[in-house]
Amino acid sequence: MTTGLIFACAGAILFTMGVAGVMLLDHLLRRILAFNLMGSGVFLVLVGLAQRAGNPDPVPQAMVITGIVVAVAATALALALARRLFTLSGGYTLPETPDD
Amino acid sequence: MSADLAFDLLLAASLLWSAWRTLATPDIFRAVILFIVFGLLMTLAWARLSAPDIALAEAAIGAGLTGALLLDAIGVLRGRKQP
Amino acid sequence: MKPLKHLTLILAASAFAALLIAAMFALPPPTVNLAASVAADMDRSGTAHPVTAVLLNFRGYDTLLEIGVLLLALLVVLAVSPREQHAGSAAAEPVLQMLARIAVPLMLLAAGYLLWAGAYRPGGAFQAGAVLGAAAVLLFLAGLLPGWNAPTLRLRWGLAGGFLVFLAVAAALLGQGALLRYPPEAAGALILLIEAALTVSLGLILAGLFLFLS
Repeated sequence: MTTGLIFACAGAILFTMGVAGVMLLDHLLRRILAFNLMGSGVFLVLVGLAQRAGNPDPVPQAMVITGIVVAVAATALALALARRLFTLSGGYTLPETPDD
Repeated sequence: MSADLAFDLLLAASLLWSAWRTLATPDIFRAVILFIVFGLLMTLAWARLSAPDIALAEAAIGAGLTGALLLDAIGVLRGRKQP
Repeated sequence: MKPLKHLTLILAASAFAALLIAAMFALPPPTVNLAASVAADMDRSGTAHPVTAVLLNFRGYDTLLEIGVLLLALLVVLAVSPREQHAGSAAAEPVLQMLARIAVPLMLLAAGYLLWAGAYRPGGAFQAGAVLGAAAVLLFLAGLLPGWNAPTLRLRWGLAGGFLVFLAVAAALLGQGALLRYPPEAAGALILLIEAALTVSLGLILAGLFLFLS
């Protein structure tokens, strides 16, 4: 077990936890948190799997830096939408769909 | 070597635990604090993966700015300030 | 009905995670060694740090699109946030104000250092921009910086500057037949120019994501 492989496995579990969270949680802020956990899991898999032989690889590392910055922009965008919903409807949950 | 392995396993376990608590804790404020803790643990993980560039970016953005954004949203939610 | 649905989803997620991990262990060793090809081209890249070389030279178009995405996100945040009652944060405690007055110059210094260090060691435009953005957020929280209502003309140029400079360099070099292939002798100067513009714009955009929202 190299360091890369350990964190790649942790990343896979994190990604799955994030997916389950996005599906199961109702509160929009919690969904945004779960979405961020998903992203972190993907980043860990990307870097960890590329470095499973043990030597650092700058290409996935550079991509993950780009990804982290885009993730914070996506989070801010999601929060802006959630806050707009909050001012308009007074709640932080999406309306239930009839088929649920 | 085995100390390194033990540290990696411990770090991965705490990452997963803090992520689980972030999703499962009933109080949303506590969830955000746990998410910031998760971001700082991620910084440690990047350092272990010999990726100091990502560790710097994660510490400043993942833990710092995202945390500030989320805490501000909670302030609106709790009605302590005008939206 | 709901607990059953939750249980099914959690079981399915666990099975999915187990499959993913099993797939990772079954992967054959990689046949392409990207780290070696990056190392082979380092002397033509214009920097001495591999991650910076990948970000701004070998895969510069990723970074170009990334700053474009950030700008787009900021535009949407501006579009959906209500434009009125931005009074700025209330006057904070004097201790926080003093702390901010001490910390912000140091953060500016750290951002400058990170930008300069990116050419040789870990650091670069992204980290420096993040520190700049955090400094602006700290000033705002301490009540020293008024909230941004609508971007002024100067602020707009600052927000878009990084993207525009990057785009201008890309357009100027397009005559050579490939996107963002710098001539090796000018690569260092071009990367520094782009990184400086990116740092300012990233700092303003990240600060704006917070300041326009709150």
